[in-house]
This record gives sequence, structure tokens and C-alpha cells, in this order.
Amino acid sequence: MYHKEKSIQIKNSASALYNNLSVLRIAPRRLTYFTVVHANVVNMVSASWDGLNYSHRQLQSKEPNVATSTSLIMQAAFCVLPSRELLVITSQKGIQMYESDGSIMVYWHALDTPETPSEVNYVPAQAVFARGISAVWENYICVGVSSGSILVFDVPSKGSNITLSEVLEEHKESITDIASECSGSQQCIADLVSADDGGNLCVWKSGEEFQLLNKIPGFDMSCSSVKLWKGTVVAGYGTGQIRLYEAVTGILHAEVNAHARWIYSLDIAPFSGLLLSAAEDSLVRVWHLTVSQETNSVEVAHLHNECVTDTQICGARFCDGDGYAFAVTGYDLSEIIRYTQT
Amino acid sequence: MSARTLPLVFVNLGGEMLYILDQRLRAPIASEDTSDKGVWSERDRRRVLNDVTATLFGPSFVDELLKPQQLYSHRTLKTVLTRLAHASIMRLNPASMDRLYELTTMAVKHQVLLCPRPKDLLLVSYNHIDAVRDFVRDSPAVLNQVDQAHRRIIEVYSSMSEGELQLLRQTLLVFFQDMHVRVSLFLKSKIQNPGNGRFALPTSGPVPHGTEVPGLIRTFDRRGREVRRSEFPPGGSYSRPAGGGSFGLHGARGTLLGTNTYAANRPEETLASRASAQTGDAPNPLAKEELNLLARLMGSMGAQDGAGAEGAFRISMFSPDDEEQEAGTSKEAEAFEVISIQATQVGCRWSSHLLSITRTKQNALMLKAAFVPQPVPSLFCILHRQRDMLVFCSAQDEHVASELAQIAGQFSGAEEQAENPCGNKGDDLLAMMDDL
Repeated sequence: MYHKEKSIQIKNSASALYNNLSVLRIAPRRLTYFTVVHANVVNMVSASWDGLNYSHRQLQSKEPNVATSTSLIMQAAFCVLPSRELLVITSQKGIQMYESDGSIMVYWHALDTPETPSEVNYVPAQAVFARGISAVWENYICVGVSSGSILVFDVPSKGSNITLSEVLEEHKESITDIASECSGSQQCIADLVSADDGGNLCVWKSGEEFQLLNKIPGFDMSCSSVKLWKGTVVAGYGTGQIRLYEAVTGILHAEVNAHARWIYSLDIAPFSGLLLSAAEDSLVRVWHLTVSQETNSVEVAHLHNECVTDTQICGARFCDGDGYAFAVTGYDLSEIIRYTQT
Repeated sequence: MSARTLPLVFVNLGGEMLYILDQRLRAPIASEDTSDKGVWSERDRRRVLNDVTATLFGPSFVDELLKPQQLYSHRTLKTVLTRLAHASIMRLNPASMDRLYELTTMAVKHQVLLCPRPKDLLLVSYNHIDAVRDFVRDSPAVLNQVDQAHRRIIEVYSSMSEGELQLLRQTLLVFFQDMHVRVSLFLKSKIQNPGNGRFALPTSGPVPHGTEVPGLIRTFDRRGREVRRSEFPPGGSYSRPAGGGSFGLHGARGTLLGTNTYAANRPEETLASRASAQTGDAPNPLAKEELNLLARLMGSMGAQDGAGAEGAFRISMFSPDDEEQEAGTSKEAEAFEVISIQATQVGCRWSSHLLSITRTKQNALMLKAAFVPQPVPSLFCILHRQRDMLVFCSAQDEHVASELAQIAGQFSGAEEQAENPCGNKGDDLLAMMDDL
């Protein structure tokens, strides 16, 4: 069904982080951007569709005008809003937003660290970081924090006047991933889902004030990657299972014993309903989802496996909305492996 | 990321180090300083293992480790491990220490990578502790220290969730990233691929606890009743999980990861071939926090000079031929780093020279005087700890050496005259510690 294409070499290897690959397709310029996180650096590659031109860029996580501060990056993701596209990078220190080509940083938000007691080099026992990035509706970008909070940023259609609009406090454990659907004009009942280290899922309706529509409890097992499609939450867990829930009601539609190890990445191609799952067991699997909103039923069919030998996969994404091609990254691997439909 | 990595890092790296020391000290070794070139006595071997274990599991050291910390660089870690190794009558030369570090880090990288679930990292650590207990079983005092440390570790880690332990594991994986040193023992047992140095990840075997064997899709109706089952090809041959392991002070751990794989093997097989990919140590000067951590860890290990110095056995732990080969090539090869330091003129008895210090591939320091107005019988360098300063002076006669040391102490108030223009201060500091 898929065959392997020529890989894209990147400057550094990928770190073992959830959802460690982000892809942005720029049709007018016949380019695709890829980002992969390596420790405290984001490697960006711009690949032309004819496969002839590749250009590279590296971004570090640091506060503006502070030369010595770099910190480990947890995630980098493209956020597509109707009016603009931004690259959001989250780290131990804070959240940065760049223009999608990585050329200019438009916003920096420092994370609150807990009040430090008298000791000079105090390090809190609980790790502090931001993780989980998603654009939602017309003008919001949501970012999760290790405390369980979700920061909602209001993004104007241009310029750097980005403001923190709301902080959603519902999760008690570190946020792992956030996903949305219906970005732009299309209206949905639920348009945002957030997941945490306890496997708990929160379903939201975005707006000037975000509304919590539903909470789906976890089983003390981390949900590392989550997607929302046609009102269905697709969640991947540390046990290797994928579960499909009806977002608004929390009804379990299907459960797949998908992988033998921790799932690190899920992606959905919205126009075709293809689902991609990747885990530490070296396997990437392609599935087909059928969601019938009239009968409220969901079906999952397995289509294809790819094995990346001796590699714990940490990122997998479709390169287009139909799922014609997908890309994969693995821990310690300095390349982005690509597959295309035959 | 995770602020809880240090205790597990030291238990595992320290444990691996003890396995290797135990194995190498059983082998016949040519010792440089001692007259009898034979096997280490059982008594001496036990003494080395006891001394290192007592330092590694000493209460104040464990105290420091248990404080929430970021995990710093390989350089800091290597320094502390060097001190640990030298907490005994044994002295390793820098080349041996480098090899030892490579071996131990690759072993722990393998264990961390292959942990079926993040919680198993604790089982791996406890395997190390169990084995160390066995090494020191004849010394009740040290055994007690190990037990105490183990209890404290259990207390801290048993309350961590799987998600937090995965973050810890991810932090360790960032630390070990890009290390692909070929280890002959691993190559032989097919754990590591000779071609790219990557560890072999099997797509078969038992799944971890809490995971189901892949291959099943279940669909439910709105009332939660299962309405359909279908299977798919898992692409590997998996089986149900094996028996669980004990997370307590004792008990079978249920995994071989972290056990002593050297015990059954001959000493030659612990050679690490020359590192192909160097670890990506960012060339930053040692961060202030890092230096502070280093100081605290070293301080908590207790006085080093006492027992060690006089009866010290200097050994070259790995094949001397290897090193000679290296020494040969490095003479022709370009120096790795050249640091120029202007020496301070101290009083009228010393002459000051512009010296160049070259770091060879074995990380040794070669000193060359660039301008020598008169013969240089000996070169002394003083490491001034508080000021991060290296002072190089040449002295006309020997008794002057002791005065140099006194004067170094007087530098605390004096104006800094030496310049340390370029190069990596942290590098020099640590390189000197190796040679002390």
C-alpha cells in the first residue's frame, strides 16, 4: 500500500519525545516544512515537492535577549489558523511562537515557576515544562503545561500582539497532547480535546470563554497522543492501546490493541479518514476510520504496517490531508523517513 | 526535564562500573607501580569494591543525589565517576577512565532503551543494587549503607506515575543521545549492530505488564457491549507478559536488564572500540549550576587523599597495546585543542613563559614551552580552586615547589594577574582533576 521514499537527512537526531514531528504543507509554494526536536534545538527542513531542494534551519529555545538561557524543548508544532500559520515551540522555560518559516519570533511566554524558597539553586521536584500544542477555531492557540493547566492564547490575524486570554484548569496531571478540529468557519459541537499523563481526556468548545463539555477519565495510564475527528476522540496510550470515544458523551466506540509498546504519535488525514499510529515497538500502522454520524457508529480497519528496524519511533505525520504520504522520525535517527502510496 | 534522574543515573552507572571493576580485577594485570605483576589478591579486589560502594552509597552522597536536580553534562558525570573509582586503593589512568565511562554509559543506554515500560527502569536499578549487595556481603557496615540508600530510593520513586517515569526515561535518553560506541561484548551477543552501532530492538517476545498482545480490534455499541471483534497482523510475534518483578527491597526483579553480564565473560571482551561518534558535548563553559553541583557531589564523597595516595596501585585497565597504538598515532595527529596561557610572574625567583598546552586525543595535557630563556628543569602548575585559575611557573630548584603551593593559597586576596584568554575554563579544571 505504501512504499518507502528517499529520506530527508536532518542536522541532528530526533529526541524521544511524544509527537516529535510536525509537518506543514505550503501548496502555493510547492514546499513542505518539517520540524524535529533534538534536545534544546528544533531542526527545520523545507523540502520542495520536486525533491530537488532542501534547506535547513535550527531554532533554539530561549528567552529573547538572554544569551545563556537555553532549555530542553518538549515539542514543536505548526498551528494553522485561517489568517496565518505559526510555529509554536514549548520548553522547560516557556512558549515561543515563530512565523511558520522560523524566521522571526513573534511571541514569548515565560512559564511561572513555583515560588522559590531561600536556597539559591532550588529546583522543584515536579518538572516544569509546556507540552501539547493546538490551534483552534479562528484565532486561538492552546498550549498545555506540566501542572495540568492549558493556556489559551488569542492570536490576531497579523502582528505580534498575542495575548493570554484564558487559563483552563481542569487537568490535575501534566498535559501530554492537545488536538482540535473544525478550525476556521466550520462549526462543531466540540472542537478541542486535551489529554494528560493520567489518561484523562477533556473535551471543550472554544470561544471567548472555553466551555468544558465532557471529561473522560483515564486508567492511570498516560495518553501520549490524541486526535479529534468528526466528533470522535482518538487516543493513544502508554499501554499501546488506541481508544475511540464519542467526544461529547464519552461513549467508547472501539478499542484496539495496537502496539506492543508505548504509543508516541497519532495522526489523522481528515479527508480520507486514515489514521496513523507509531510506537516504541518500531512499528507504524495505518488504519481506516469510518465514522457514521447518523448511526453514531465508528469502525476501525487495519490497512498497513511499516517497521523501522531497531528504532523507537517518536513522530509520525501524514504529509497531506488525504494521507497519500506520511513521514516518520525515530529516537537517535538523523533522518525523516518518508512513505508514499503505491 | 525530569529533576529526579541523578539517583538512578548513579546507581546504574556506578553499578556497571562495579561490574567492570570486579571483572577486570580478577584478570591478570600488569600493574605499573607494584613489583609483583600478578593477579590482584581477593582481599584487595574486595577492598576496592567495598571502598567504591561505600562512597557511592554513602549517606551524604545519596542525600545530594536525591535533591531535585537537572541532569548536567557528560563531563560532570565523568568527573564524579572518576572520583568514585578513585575512592579506593586503585588509580586508573585517564585513558582507562574514558573507556570505563564509554562502556558504562553504553550499557546503561541499552538498559534504558530496552525497558519495556518506564517503571521497569526501577527494576533495572534494583538489579544493580542487588548485585552490589552481593559484592559487599562480607562487610556489614557497607551492606547496611546500601540497604539504607535502597530504601530511600524506593520511597522516592514508588510514588511516581508511569507518565513521570517516562519523562525521566526521556530525559535519560536525551542524555545518551547520539552515543554509538561499539562495545565488543554487545557486538558479540548481537545486542548491538556493528554497522551503525544501534541497539537491536526485537519485534517479538513478551509484551510489558499492562499491555495487551497487539492484533485485536473490538467495537462496542452505545451501551458498552462488544459487538464485533476483528484481528489484524501484528507484524511481529508477541506473547503474553512474563511474571512481574519485585519493587521492594528484595525479590526477583523479573528482568535481566541491569544484571551483571560481565561475570560470565572473559576480560578481553569488555573492550570498547574507539568511539566513532563523540558525544555531542556542547562547548559551553561549565555552567555555574553545574559547577555547584559538582562541588557538592565531590564534597559529599568525603576526603579522598588519606587512604588513597600512598598505597595507590596505578593500573591501566584496558589493553596497553591499544593505548600504545593511540599514542603512536597521536604524535602525528593534530592536537585536539590548543590553549595558550600566560603565566604569572610571582616574585623575582620565577621566570614566566608563554606556554602552550595541547590536548592530545587521549585527553592528556602536553606542555610545551614556547619561549625558554633558560633550561626548564620542571614545570609546576597550580590549580587555584576558588579562582578557576591555572598558574604555570617554572622553578629553578625543587624545594621551591612547596613554596609555590603556599603562595597559591595567598592568591585569594591578590589581584588576578593571569589571563586565561581563550579555551574552555571548565575543560582545564576538570582535566587537572583527572591528573591529580
